Amino acid sequence: MSWTRYAAPQRFYPLAGRAVPWFAGLALLLTVVGLVIGLLIAPTDHQQGEAYRIIFVHVPAAWMSMIVYLVMAFWAAVGLIFNTRLASMLAVALAPTGAWMTFLALWTGALWGKPTWGTWWVWDARLTSELILLFLYIGFMSLHASIDDERRADRAAAVLALVGVVNVPIIYFSVKWWNTLHQGASVSLTKAPSMATTMLAGMLIMALAFWMYCIAVALARTRVIILEREHGTRWARQLLGNS
Amino acid sequence: MSDLTRYRAAGSDAPDSGSWGAWRAVFQRDLRIALRRRADTGSALVFFVIVVALFPLGVGPEFGLLRRMGPGVVWVAALLASMLALGRLFADDHADGTLEQMLLSPTPLALLVLAKTAAHWLASGLLLVLISPLLALQFDLGGEAAGVLFLSLLLGTPLLSLIGAIGAALTVGLRGAGVLLSLLVLPLCSPVLIFGAGAVEASQAGLGVTAHFSLLGAMLLAALFLAPLAAAAALRIALE
Repeated sequence: MSWTRYAAPQRFYPLAGRAVPWFAGLALLLTVVGLVIGLLIAPTDHQQGEAYRIIFVHVPAAWMSMIVYLVMAFWAAVGLIFNTRLASMLAVALAPTGAWMTFLALWTGALWGKPTWGTWWVWDARLTSELILLFLYIGFMSLHASIDDERRADRAAAVLALVGVVNVPIIYFSVKWWNTLHQGASVSLTKAPSMATTMLAGMLIMALAFWMYCIAVALARTRVIILEREHGTRWARQLLGNS
Repeated sequence: MSDLTRYRAAGSDAPDSGSWGAWRAVFQRDLRIALRRRADTGSALVFFVIVVALFPLGVGPEFGLLRRMGPGVVWVAALLASMLALGRLFADDHADGTLEQMLLSPTPLALLVLAKTAAHWLASGLLLVLISPLLALQFDLGGEAAGVLFLSLLLGTPLLSLIGAIGAALTVGLRGAGVLLSLLVLPLCSPVLIFGAGAVEASQAGLGVTAHFSLLGAMLLAALFLAPLAAAAALRIALE
């Protein structure tokens, strides 16, 4: 059995089907544990009070928004270089999850910003580059959606994702320097000086939960995409006929 | 088949044909087309001037405010105007089949893309650069800031054309390509905007502008090499 065995959509479909409940279950379990630690056990922050507790959603979402983009670009590149269908499907399946994570990070950031900084939005380097990342996700999805031929859409979107990966560090640093040039004294996002161990534990567990959630959702979406594209094949017809 | 081999053989020994000859031919052809379609070429320029003129109407004619906003406004307008012009970069050649012939030619496609982008910049970006001192006057920017604005646009607009060429290649032949093109390219252009407008603001504040110009120059060099390759890959995908 070679490692490319599961590169065939026909074989990957049942594998993903078996994996999804595990990842989803783990995501649920870790979320419950993480939220219990984060909302009930972790101590109140002496500067920000209870408002800081949104960190348990905000930071994992922000991490995932960047990681998912890298993973998406990786699979898009694999699909482009080796011309494998499944890799492109994975990339396409990851995009909405990444966009959702980016939106969640921005949204929870705004909710966090209001009580702590007194404003919903600051043109801070991280916020701005996160916003541009959201635009990149939207661009990827709309380019894919506007090309009718699936394979052509996969490959065109892959080129865009790769151009985006080259650009993301440039955007990040340019926005950072722009920010320091523009504003002298502004709110800083620096963390509380010492983070309690329980806070850190809660955040890491929530980050793991977000990983599991993203994997589960991406795999489930990949299954749908496989069925959608392979609906003409015999195995897919048998599957759809039986169920 | 024999024609092709003969063409290749001719290209290898004749000094004026081959890759460089094809580059020049495409460059001159695109430039000539741009010169003959003056209305098309001029519309982006007029758009640029109108957008810039709208800002004082929107925010009020106070000079202190306009001086502060001027560099950013001119730069954002240049970004939008170059998006407007980009739609035509490959669309006409795609419609009449020229693009397919370019794909079939023995010259590397990235070189031809570079020729088309260079001609496109001369007919769109350069015009924006040349008119910018006039707009700087309207915003009361002063001699030095106007000069820095001119230079930053001179470095930045080729970069916009190069990054835009990738987007234009990705969206060639698609429905609603214009809006999609802006959606894809504008986020990627944000560093150019930051350093371009930042250079003028730094000079207004009495700071040095070399850092901004160096970064713009570095990005331009990187884009000169990478963007034609990416655009060529995108064109091959679009026309396969």
